[in-house]
Amino acid sequence: MSITKADKPEIAPTFRFQWEEVQDCYVVLYPEGMVKLSKSAGEIMKRIDGEESIDKIIKDLETTFSENNLEDDVMKFLEVAYDTGWIRNKK
Amino acid sequence: MIPAGLETKNDVKPPLWLLAELTYRCPLQCPYCSNPLEIAKYQNELSTEDWVRVMQEARKMGAAQIGFSGGEPLVRPDLEELIQEARHLGYYTNLITSGVGMDEARVKRFKDAGLDHIQISFQASDEELNNFLGGTKTFQHKKEMARIVKAYEYPMVLNIVIHRKNIEQIRDILEMTVELNADYVELASTQYYGWSRINVDQLLPTREQLAKAEIVAKEYQIRMKGKSKIIYVIPDYFENRPKPCMNGWGAIFLTIAPDGTALPCHEAGQLPIDFPNVKDVSVEEAWKDSPGFNHFRGFEWMKEPCRSCDEKEKDFGGCRCQAFMMTGDAANTDPVCDKSPHHQELLDDVDRIAKLAAEETDNNVAEKPLVFRNMKNSKKIVAKEIEKTEA
Repeated sequence: MSITKADKPEIAPTFRFQWEEVQDCYVVLYPEGMVKLSKSAGEIMKRIDGEESIDKIIKDLETTFSENNLEDDVMKFLEVAYDTGWIRNKK
Repeated sequence: MIPAGLETKNDVKPPLWLLAELTYRCPLQCPYCSNPLEIAKYQNELSTEDWVRVMQEARKMGAAQIGFSGGEPLVRPDLEELIQEARHLGYYTNLITSGVGMDEARVKRFKDAGLDHIQISFQASDEELNNFLGGTKTFQHKKEMARIVKAYEYPMVLNIVIHRKNIEQIRDILEMTVELNADYVELASTQYYGWSRINVDQLLPTREQLAKAEIVAKEYQIRMKGKSKIIYVIPDYFENRPKPCMNGWGAIFLTIAPDGTALPCHEAGQLPIDFPNVKDVSVEEAWKDSPGFNHFRGFEWMKEPCRSCDEKEKDFGGCRCQAFMMTGDAANTDPVCDKSPHHQELLDDVDRIAKLAAEETDNNVAEKPLVFRNMKNSKKIVAKEIEKTEA
C-alpha cells in the first residue's frame, strides 16, 4: 500500500501498545507475543492515535527532538508498522 | 545482551510469560492432552485471592503475557474477575479454551473485563472425528463460538492439535480456519508428553503423512499471507536437532499449576525435582531462588555430548522432560538430537509405530484403544492399573 502524509493511522484493535517498566521500553503486544520497540519507534508509535495525521506526527517529532528531515525515517518505520498490521488507517 | 539460558544464579532475568493453569477440570477428554497423567491427584485449586497475588507478583517482576489455561479455564466461575485484574495490572491477556462453557453473554463479559485474545481449540474439521477425539459433542458449538469471538473483534487463534487421526484432513482443517476468519492458525503437532505419550502408538503420524501435510500447509501459508498467519511445526521425533525447549529453563516461562506449584514448563512436574509452591513462597523467590528453577539454568549441569557442543547455546540440549522420559536422566541430551547415544532408540521407536500404522491401514488390524484423558483414567493411572509408559 502507499502511505500519504494525510493518513491518520491508529493502533489496530488486535494489537496493544504500551510502556513496559521492567523492559524500559515501549512494546507491541499480540497473542502470545511481544516486540520491544527502539526508542525512536516508541516515540513514533506513542503519537499514533487515529486523530493526528502522519504529517503532524512528523512535525511534532521534529519539534520535540529539535531535528530536521525525520520524514524518511518515520515513513520507513510506518511502512513496517502498516505491513505487520500494528497500525491501520482509521475507518 | 545475554542470550537466554546464559544467566547465572545471581543474574536471573524476569519471566515474560505467566501460564496460569487455573484448573485440571475439563469437559473434554482429548487423548493427547498435555496435562499430567495424575490430574486426579490435584484437589486443592488456588483461590481467587491466591491467583490475584500471583498475578501481581509476576507482573511486578516483568511478566507481560498471561495465558489462562487448564484443563478448561471456563470452568472457573471467577475467570471474569481474574481477567479484569490481569488487564488492570497491564498484562496482555490470553484465554486458551475449548470454547465449551462459553456463550455470547460470557464473551461480552470477557470483553468488558478487558480480555485481549481468545484461542479456541478444534479437534478436527469434521464433526464426527472432532466429537470422538474430544469425547463430547462440541463441534457446532465451537464453530458458533469462533464466529462470536470474531464478531467481538478479538484477534482469534485457532489451535488444532495434529496427529495420525486427523493429519490427512489437513486441507479441510485449513479450509475451516479460512471460513472462520482465523487471524492465526496453530497446526500444533502433538508433542508426546502426558496423555499423548501413553497414546503415541495410535497418534504418531508417519513420515509419508508428514511430507504430504507439509506441502498443503505451505500452500495455505502462501495463499493466506497477510490475512492469516499459519504456523506448522512437525513433531520433533522427526528432527535431528532438539527444540530450544522453553527458550531455556527458567528463562522466560513461568507455569503455575492449579494447586500452586510453580514450574519452568507445564510438563516439568513429571521430573524428579522439587518445585516450590506459591502458597508457601512468593513468585520472586520461586523464580529466582528455588533449587527447582535453578536446576537447569546455565550450562554447568550438562553432560556430554551437550557440554562440549557448539550448539548448546542454541538449543540448551533440548527438552529435559523428553530426556527424562526416554533415558531416565533429565540431564542427558534430548534423544531427538542425532548426537545423543539414545537417538537410535528413538528412530527404532518411530519405525515400530510406522509398522503399526501400516498394519492398521493395509490389513485392517485393530489398534489398541486410545486412553482418553479423564479423571476415571487418571485415577487408574495413579493406582497403576494403566501402564504409564507404553514401551
